Order: sequence, then structure tokens, then C-alpha cells
Amino acid sequence: MSDILIRIKDREGNLHEVDASTDMNLNLMEVVRSYELAPEGTLGICGGMAMCASCQCYINSDHKLPEKSDDEEAMLSEAFYVRQESRLGCQIRITEELHGLEVELAPEES
Amino acid sequence: MIKTDILIIGAGPTGLFAVFEAGLLQLKCHLIDALPQPGGQLAEIYPKKPIYDIPGFPEILAGELVDNLMEQIRPFQPGFTLGERAETIETLEDGTFVVTTNEGTRHQAPVVAIAGGLGSFEPRKPLIDNIGQFEDKGVAYMLKDPEVYRDKRVLIAGGGDSALDWSIFLSGVAKEVTLVHRRNEFRGALDSVEKVRELKHQGKIRLITPAEVVQLEGADRLERVVVRRNTEPAEDIRIELDTFIPLFGLSPKLGPISKWGLEIEKNAIRVDNTLDYQTNIPGIYAIGDVNTYPGKLKLILCGFHEATLMCQSAYQRINPGKKYVMKYTTVGGIHGFDGSKKEAPKVVVKAID
Repeated sequence: MSDILIRIKDREGNLHEVDASTDMNLNLMEVVRSYELAPEGTLGICGGMAMCASCQCYINSDHKLPEKSDDEEAMLSEAFYVRQESRLGCQIRITEELHGLEVELAPEES
Repeated sequence: MIKTDILIIGAGPTGLFAVFEAGLLQLKCHLIDALPQPGGQLAEIYPKKPIYDIPGFPEILAGELVDNLMEQIRPFQPGFTLGERAETIETLEDGTFVVTTNEGTRHQAPVVAIAGGLGSFEPRKPLIDNIGQFEDKGVAYMLKDPEVYRDKRVLIAGGGDSALDWSIFLSGVAKEVTLVHRRNEFRGALDSVEKVRELKHQGKIRLITPAEVVQLEGADRLERVVVRRNTEPAEDIRIELDTFIPLFGLSPKLGPISKWGLEIEKNAIRVDNTLDYQTNIPGIYAIGDVNTYPGKLKLILCGFHEATLMCQSAYQRINPGKKYVMKYTTVGGIHGFDGSKKEAPKVVVKAID
């Protein structure tokens, strides 16, 4: 059982330092939801299938992340507010290598 | 005015199964859904995804589950108002409700069951400053009647199936079809991608990638758009047109339901989970993903359970004081409103000589 620390800036700009377990097959979107860092129904809408972009976030640290899948790439290509450092939180599995990850939630699409 | 016993808002799996449970109690249902087809998210977002937690189905595609539910409820002849969004609700003096859609279709029922899932699916609008100013004046988010575009110049933006399919279709109707997408890759059925390639080479579709529409221009109506090619350096092209059609998929919004006076918590409708999933307004229930209560799980199987208990409560409301005992389908069989009958075959009792 091991937890890692993740720094998450929510959509209001508040910074949260949260613990995330690496042994629960969690992804970053689920961590954000478990700490309720965004209102229910505004993040992780499709449940984690890379079929909406509601869990889009910007990765602000230089951790080595898994490559984007075709699905994620395609979804990001249709999302709004996309930047170079954009990822879909639901596609990032929590592993020990991500200790200290710095993440900022992308704005909600109106 | 459409009249029914239980008016169900949302034709996703929970709403569809409610028709079955209501049917067992001889209650008729009518469903309203903003999408043009039944099935909700399952049909709209992930019809080809397998689901593994439907009891009794080790694996079933979302689309198949919808087909099965439609088959299961067929004997109970549900009515459908599809492609329209439930907009307003009013309570009449006799305690029944009237729900009116955005198209003005009126429905009356003594019980309303909101099975609205994540809300109604609305088109995602691109972030272009003045886009609101041209809505219905040259900007369309949905295509209803393709004839409107005959001999017109249209520009479609998007990279999914609907952008591809409509580009293909309109290439045979419109005067000019331009397709703009942020990447060179499209995500869609392989034959649609192939077809667009073919039409591009025949000069019937003008394809601009990687690029995006960044600006809209026009006096009263939309006259032209600025397309920015994402090359180094970026290059802006002005394209004269009649209609700009951004197709960036749909996203769910709780929408008008949130103004019906229901108790809303966490973007969901608060219900009484100790009894029957009724809302703070007696006679209005909320079942499936759209409701919330302590320990709520947004699972299809939970929606089925909630639909079942809601129907029992609805029965009591519609038939006050009437004695009733729940009957198993293995015992009672199914008596469709269409006259069809299904029941367990009788066991043969016979001596063997």
C-alpha cells in the first residue's frame, strides 16, 4: 500500500495537495472526483472512456507520462482550451512514478 | 395533448426499463428525449462499448442492451416524443402534471418520472467570441433539413463521424462544402474517412487541415469566416459562405429541469431513497443517474432497481387505496397492451405406464 502526493490546482485557482493510492487502479480524473475538487457532473462526465473532455488538465511538472492513445489524441483535438501540456485525466493511471505531479484543471466548457 | 399514466423524461436504460415495470402494473408510459433515438448515453456516446456489470449478462454491448430493452418493453406500447427537450412543467387543479417540450408538444400525466441521466445532450459550441450573434443567422449546430443547404456554400468544422457524414451528404446537395479540422487525422468509421478522401480528390469537398475557424464576420448575417491554418507560421484564410456548421459533439446539461422547483444537489435531483425515489414535489420522481441520495451509485443496475420501486409508488398514487400484491413474471407472465401474452408453459402431469 503506497500513496503518492499530487498537487492539483482547481478551476478557481485553489491549490490542493492530495494523497492518491497507487494500488486501486485509479486514474487522475477519479482522484479529482474522490476529493470533490470540481462540482459533481462537471468532471468525468463520460465516466473515463476518453469520450468527453471534461477531465482535461494541464500537466505543469515534467513527469514522464504514458503516451496518449489514439482515443485521447482524437478527443483532445476536438476539445476547447487545449494547450501543449493538455491531457485527459481519465487516461493517466496513478503510479508511483507520478509522485509530486503538478496538475491544473482546465476550465469547464460552458 | 398526449395523455399517459407515467410520463418518463429520458429514454435511457432506466427510463426504458421503467416502461416494463409499469406495464406489469397495467400502467401506460410515454417517454420524452432530446436525442432523436432511444437509449440515452448508451446509444449516443458508447453504443459499441461492452458493459460487464448487467446482472445475467457477462458482457453486452451498450447498443445491444438498448435493443434488448426496446424488445422487452414492446408489448407495453410506450409512446415516444424524440428529438424534443422537456422544457416546462405545470400542475393542474386535479393534481396532474403537464410537461411541454421546446417544440410545444404537451403531455399530461398524474406521475412524472425524471430519468434524465446527465441531462439533455446539447451541441458543444466552439469558443469564438461573436458566435452567439450569428446563431440562426448563418451558424447552425445541428442539421435537420438538408434541403436548406441546397446550392449554398457551407463550411463544416469537426473531426468525428458527424462532421464526416454530413460533409459527404452535403457534397451532393450544397454548392460548396469545406471541411475544417484541427488535425490531419479524423476519428470516424473507416469508410467515411475513405469517402471524404475520394470526394476531396474529385474536388467535391475542400479539406483544410490542420486548421480551425477563429473568427466570424458579417454585417447582419454571417458572410465569411477566418480559418487559421496551423502551419508555421500560421496562415489565415477568409472563406465566403452561407452557413458555418460546427460539429463538436454533444455534452449533457441538466437544463430546464433544474428550474422546476426540485431540490438540486451536486447537479442531481435529491430524492427519498428510503422509499420510492420521489422528489420534494409529490408525484414527481427521479430515477437513475439524474438523482442523488446518500450512497448513490450511478450504475445502470441501480437505475433498474429505482425504476421498479418508483412504479410501485406510482401505482399507489394513481390507484389510491387499491389492494395490490407484487406478482412474479414466472407466475403472472406478461400481458401486453397489444394483446400479446407470454407465460410459463404448463407442466404436464401424467402417469408413466
